Amino acid sequence: MLGLGVDQLRADMNQLLALLFHQGVLDDHFLQLQQLQDVTSPNFVYEVVNIYFHESEKLLRNLRVLLMDRDFSDYKKMGIHLNQFMGSSSSIGAKRVRNVCFAFRAVSEQNNRAGCLRALEVLEHEYCYLKNKLHELFHIEQQRVMAAAVRYRIQD
Amino acid sequence: MKSIANEDLIGSKSMPHGNDVCQGPSSHSLNKKVTALVVEDNVVNQMIHKRLLSNLGIETQVVENGKEAVDLHHSGAVFDLILMDMEMPIMNGPEATRVLRAMGVRSKIVGVTAYSGDYEKRVFMDAGLDDYYEKPLTMAKLVSLLQELVDNN
Repeated sequence: MLGLGVDQLRADMNQLLALLFHQGVLDDHFLQLQQLQDVTSPNFVYEVVNIYFHESEKLLRNLRVLLMDRDFSDYKKMGIHLNQFMGSSSSIGAKRVRNVCFAFRAVSEQNNRAGCLRALEVLEHEYCYLKNKLHELFHIEQQRVMAAAVRYRIQD
Repeated sequence: MKSIANEDLIGSKSMPHGNDVCQGPSSHSLNKKVTALVVEDNVVNQMIHKRLLSNLGIETQVVENGKEAVDLHHSGAVFDLILMDMEMPIMNGPEATRVLRAMGVRSKIVGVTAYSGDYEKRVFMDAGLDDYYEKPLTMAKLVSLLQELVDNN
């Protein structure tokens, strides 16, 4: 029964990953990230993604603060924040977030404040979706590891 | 992934800056590790690049901006490979590359950055880069880079 639980959880994880790849939310760089994880660094993906969340939320706050200022004109600063966001999103395989950053940057280069506000809303929405799905993935993984540990103990 | 840590290399960590880092074959030691410096302000990319390099047996240091990279070299550090981000606070990639080359640093310096236009790429290359890659760095790109390093040495 527990064995089935582990296998079902593994299947659930694979299904969720397949969905995220199909939706274009993730790309192959996420697989590369997973391949960097091993017994010497068993929580590598979780650690990197959590730092990504922390840094991304700081960048989103910075972008919103910039745009909420009625006298805002520092599009260069906005570009720097977006490059940071694009860089880290690319590195973890967050393809859709990266693409939205790219489009946002194109709008900011036209000094279009209204366009930037709209782009920020899209970016916040995409980021939230990504974060929720990755949390879901980590939750399933955590359950799988626990179920495997219980099965291992029972088999001993 | 095959480790190249035991390949013969040019360069020694104990060499002071400004000296010719080229050494004859008789002074190469076996089992000498490849060394790399990651110059990057983004924490996520720092972790990933460091891990990519470490998995290949590369001894890696990380600094957060170009000035720290320059200071490290002033203190006598030498690296076989420098991965240089473009946009960084305090001292950016192009400026740091220019300063390092002016200091006589002959390490392979590779620019690694998020998408940038042709003009920015040209400015970065003209600063003294050996090569330029768009982020993210992949294992395949890194292996190819390191193979060039070993072949040229």
